[in-house]
Amino acid sequence: MTIACLVDDDPVSLEALTFGARLGDVEAVVFGAIEVDGYVAHARRVVHERLDEYAPEAWAQAIVELAPDIVLAPGTDRGHEVLAHAAARLGVPLAANVVEAEADGDALRLTRQRWGGSLLEEATLTGTPKLLTVAAHAVEARPAGMATTVEDFTPTLGDEHFVVRVTRREEPTSGAVRLDTARVVVGGGRGVGSTEGFELLEELADLLGGAVGGSRVVTNLGWRPHSDQVGQTGARIAPDLYIACGISGAIQHIVGCRAAKRILVINKDQSAPIVARADWAVIGDLHEIVPAIVAELRKEGV
Amino acid sequence: MNVLVCVKRVPETGARITLTPDAQAIDTSLLGFTISPHEECAVEEALRIVKAHGGSTTVLTLGPAGATEQLQNAMAMGVGAAVLLETDGQDWNAEATADALAAAIRTRPEPFDLLLFGNEAADTGDYQVGVRVAHALGLPCVTGMKGIAIEDGRLTARREVGGGWEIFEVPLPAVVTVKEGLNLPRYASLPGRLRAKKTPIERFEPKPRESALVTTGLVVPPEQETHVEIIGGGPEAASRVVEVLRELGLVA
Repeated sequence: MTIACLVDDDPVSLEALTFGARLGDVEAVVFGAIEVDGYVAHARRVVHERLDEYAPEAWAQAIVELAPDIVLAPGTDRGHEVLAHAAARLGVPLAANVVEAEADGDALRLTRQRWGGSLLEEATLTGTPKLLTVAAHAVEARPAGMATTVEDFTPTLGDEHFVVRVTRREEPTSGAVRLDTARVVVGGGRGVGSTEGFELLEELADLLGGAVGGSRVVTNLGWRPHSDQVGQTGARIAPDLYIACGISGAIQHIVGCRAAKRILVINKDQSAPIVARADWAVIGDLHEIVPAIVAELRKEGV
Repeated sequence: MNVLVCVKRVPETGARITLTPDAQAIDTSLLGFTISPHEECAVEEALRIVKAHGGSTTVLTLGPAGATEQLQNAMAMGVGAAVLLETDGQDWNAEATADALAAAIRTRPEPFDLLLFGNEAADTGDYQVGVRVAHALGLPCVTGMKGIAIEDGRLTARREVGGGWEIFEVPLPAVVTVKEGLNLPRYASLPGRLRAKKTPIERFEPKPRESALVTTGLVVPPEQETHVEIIGGGPEAASRVVEVLRELGLVA
């Protein structure tokens, strides 16, 4: 049985490799410059004169050509996209966002995420090849420590594989604290009350070197741009501390902040679902409490 | 420009998910239903594109008879025509869904220039139906887009990546799957609602097919137990909060 794992520059790829190693010997199929030393015994670096930019069908073609029995990919935009193309080409299922997999004879018994992980589906996958993406943060990336040999692999690609490809990039604006990598996120929900209400949260986030986020209600109301949304249809954050202000804690939102190490809630209503998920909860009006915290921080010279 | 939008009826889950006793489905007896959030943006985008370039809009769904509600909501926003591929209420797998949608799309009297999907359904999260339909129809496909522009028969689409953007250009006709954030969907108007109620919905009954991926059950993951420290009840809580920030090493 051969197992291959798509690897690109997203570090979630290394989680997928770690996950795959539990099923057997995994070969890394590497696009880009990422290093996989120690994760696998064998890696193929995909090289092709036309692969200077991402082209989903070309990547899928490389997988199809290698024809492994099991194909894994990271549960990212690209991982899902490339395996969806491969699955459509091969006429086989794709199990997306798998968190557990175990061989059962020729079948795989899987657990996968629905509702962004608020619900788990148990499923059986048969047939060959078996395609699955590994949910981000399902396992911690951990090299097994073996020596890795790398060889180049050049897939057979034609014009049809490059109809869709990245033609241009716009780099992130430098300087801004990114929501998905911030150490502290100050989030606001309906309780913030208005666009102006977020100025309080901005001030607190600035003092802590953090980023401001919002619930889906807040982005739907236009109080914050959608790029600030924390939730199933927005950013998944993993800060050391998430300060949730005036947020009730619907599943849609919890999916986005589940990976926060600690949660501090500021909410009028102690029975709000998010309080049960918090480490600390201040029960009161955020419009009084947030300025008081800011004042206290300033008093201490922060 | 003829634009098709494919949508899915999904429950509005609120704060927690409850399963049916046999753990095969979500207990929806107390829940309302909606269009998956990404697809609300797809509907809005279709309306904006046709307003700018002329043409028609059609909404297509595969789902139970109750999904007429979601088709009517899309028509109330302004979509011109609706097609229901009616199921018996069981969840269909992604392959069968894509087959049925592609077959229905092929039989439409006029071909579509643009086929919009959500990037993934809110409930099953399969991330593949749009791509499969594109393959079945032999069309190019881009996924996860948060920006669409059309000029001279070519489509430019933007995908957010690591705070920046990757930009794709594809010829039409094409399949585009979109994400929330693409636009801010409008609310349905009252005249729109009345018109939607009067517009007939075309119905077909496709046949499901088996997949090699078979669901055996659903599990609500156990809640992570946290021990909540309730800090005061007013502004005086600030000093304790600052103490916490210091304990976490977030302030000096």
